[in-house]
Amino acid sequence: MASASSKAQLREEVASWNPGQIWQAPTQTQRLLDSAFRRLCVGFAAFTILLIAWLVLEIAFRAMPAFREHGLGFIYGTTWDPNKAQYGILPEIWGTLYTSLLALVVGSAFGVAAAIFLSEGYLGEFVFKILKRGNLHAHPVWGKLPERLELLLKNLIELLAAVPSVVYGLWGLFVIIPMIRPACNWLHAQFGWIPFFSTTLSGPGVLPAVFVLSIMILPTITAISRDALASVPPKLRMAAYGLGATRWETILGVLLPTAARGIFGGIVLGCGRALGETMALAMLVGNANRLTVSLFSPANTLAALLANSFPEAGAKEIPVLMYAALILLAITLVVNIVGALVLERAAGKAVAR
Amino acid sequence: MSKDNSFSRKELNSADNELVQNPFAGVDFAELELSLYRPRTLFTIILSCLVTVMTFVALIPLFAVLWMLIWRGGQKLSLALFTELPPAPLEQGGGFGNAIIGTVIMVGLATLITVPLGVLTGVFLAQAQDSKLAGGVRFAAKVLTGFPSILAGVFAYGAVVLAMGGFSAIAGAIALSILMLPTIILTSESAIAMVPAKMKEAAIGIGATSAQTALMVLLPTAMPGILTGIMLAVARAAGETAPLLFTALFSNYWIATNGQVELMPGCPSPIRSNSPGQRRWCLFLSS
Repeated sequence: MASASSKAQLREEVASWNPGQIWQAPTQTQRLLDSAFRRLCVGFAAFTILLIAWLVLEIAFRAMPAFREHGLGFIYGTTWDPNKAQYGILPEIWGTLYTSLLALVVGSAFGVAAAIFLSEGYLGEFVFKILKRGNLHAHPVWGKLPERLELLLKNLIELLAAVPSVVYGLWGLFVIIPMIRPACNWLHAQFGWIPFFSTTLSGPGVLPAVFVLSIMILPTITAISRDALASVPPKLRMAAYGLGATRWETILGVLLPTAARGIFGGIVLGCGRALGETMALAMLVGNANRLTVSLFSPANTLAALLANSFPEAGAKEIPVLMYAALILLAITLVVNIVGALVLERAAGKAVAR
Repeated sequence: MSKDNSFSRKELNSADNELVQNPFAGVDFAELELSLYRPRTLFTIILSCLVTVMTFVALIPLFAVLWMLIWRGGQKLSLALFTELPPAPLEQGGGFGNAIIGTVIMVGLATLITVPLGVLTGVFLAQAQDSKLAGGVRFAAKVLTGFPSILAGVFAYGAVVLAMGGFSAIAGAIALSILMLPTIILTSESAIAMVPAKMKEAAIGIGATSAQTALMVLLPTAMPGILTGIMLAVARAAGETAPLLFTALFSNYWIATNGQVELMPGCPSPIRSNSPGQRRWCLFLSS
C-alpha cells in the first residue's frame, strides 16, 4: 500500500514539474561552463606531459654552466674535489649501476618467487586443507579464511613499499650492519682473493645498501609480476595440467613464458626505483668517492651524492650537482620509459589474445 | 610424432574404441603419484617449498622494522614529544611538534595543488579513452610514477628556491606534488572508468552537458576510489624526505616569519636529533 501511495505521489510530483525546466537545451551559461570545464580538463592533462618536459629542461638549463666548463670529462672523471674545482662522477655512476644491478638480482629472485607464491594460491590451499580436516571448509565464516589470508599476505608485501626510505636507512644502520659485519669479515679473511670480498666491512658499504635496496624494490616487482601471472588465461594452465604436467612444469614451461613480458616490465620499473632511491642509500652506502667491485667497501651513488652535497653546496657547486642530477635523470627516464613501454606492449598482447 | 600422424582411419577408430571402453588404458597411476622418490614430483615439491620460504623471508624485514620502531621508539613515547620543540644539542627531553606542524602544512599545500590537477586529468583520461593525447598523458603519468624523489627536489630547488631566493614551504610542497600527481591521476582514472557506463549514458540521455555528467554523476560515484588514491599519495608524500632536504630546509623552531618551515619526518632526525627514541617515533608517525 505504501509503495502504491508513494507511486501516486511521485506521479503527482512529476505532473507538477514544469517541462520547460527539464526539456530545454543547455542555457548559454551552461554551455560556457561546459566548454570551460572541458578545456580545463584537457589543459590539466596536457600539463602532465609538459611537466616532464619542464622537469628535464629546468634541470638541463641549470646544469648548462657546468656542462660548458667540464664537458663530457665530467662523466668519466674520477676525482671530486671542490677545492681544486675538479669534478668527475664516474664512481657515482658506477656505484649507482652496481648497487641497482645487484639489488635487482636479489629483489627479482625473491619478488618473482613471492609473485608465484601469491598467484598459485599456496597459502589459501594450505589453510583450506587444514579447515577441511576440521570440516570447516564450507563454514560461512571460516570458509572465507583462505581468501582473507591470501589478501592479507598480498597487502603485507605491498606494505613493504609503504615504509619510508629513511626508516629503512636507520634499520640498516642499527640492525643490518652490526648483524652482517662478523660474517662479512669472516668471508674477507677466508676468501679475500675474490674481488667481491677484497675489503673488510667497517660500517656502511655496498652490501648493506644492496640488501635494503632489494627489499625496497621487491614490492614493485611482486605486484606487477603477480598481475602478469594472474592475467595468463586459465585455459593454458588447464591444458598443461591436462597433458600431465606437474605444477612446476606448468609454471616454468607455460605460465612464466606467457607472463614474461609483464614480469620483465616489473623488473625494469623496479630497476628505475632502485636507481633513484636516495635516503636509505645516502645513509648506508658510505659516501666514499671510490671505484670498487668489493661488496664490503663504501661507495657512492648519484642520488646519495645529491642528497649529501646539495644542502651545503655553494653557488659554484650547484651547477655541477645539477649536471649530476641531469645524468641521473637521463638514466632513470630511459629505464622508466623502457619499463612502461614493455608493460604497455604486454597489456596490448594480453588484450589481443 | 610421425607415427601418430600416420594412423589409418581404421586404426584410429579401433584406438578410439579402446579409449572409450577403457579410458585409462596404459596409464601407470603409480607414475602420477606425488612422491618424493620420483624426480618430476620431487622437483615440484622442492620448488614449492623454496618459493614458500622465499616469500616468508621477504616478509621478515617488514616485521623487523616494525619491531624496531615499536620497541625502541615506544619507550620514549610521551605527550611532550608531540608538543615541544627539539632539544638544544646535548640536552634531554623536548619533542618534535614543529616537525609535525611542518609536515601537515607542506603535505596540505601539496594536496591542494595536486588534487584538482590530478582528478581533472583523471576525468579527461576516463572520458577520452582512446585519443592520442590521452595515451600520451597516461604514459607520462606512468613514467612519473617512477620519478626519483631526489630529482623532484632538485627541480623544485631550481624552479622555486633559486627563482624566489629562499627556502620555503612552497618549494617543498611543489616537490611533493610532483611525487603525488601520478598516483592521483592513475587511481582517479581507474575509479572513474569503473563507474557503470549506463549511469553516464543516462546522464547524457537526459540532456546533461559533459561538465554536468562529470561533476554530478561520475565524480560523486567514483569518490571512494578517488579518496583512496589521494590517501595513498598523501601517505607517500608524508614519508618523503629527500626532496625536502634542500627545498624547505629545516629549522628547530615553530614557523618563522620568513616563511621558512621547520620540518619534517626524517630531516631533522637522522642529522640533528640526539635522542634515538625521538627520531624513531618521528619516522614511525610518517609511516
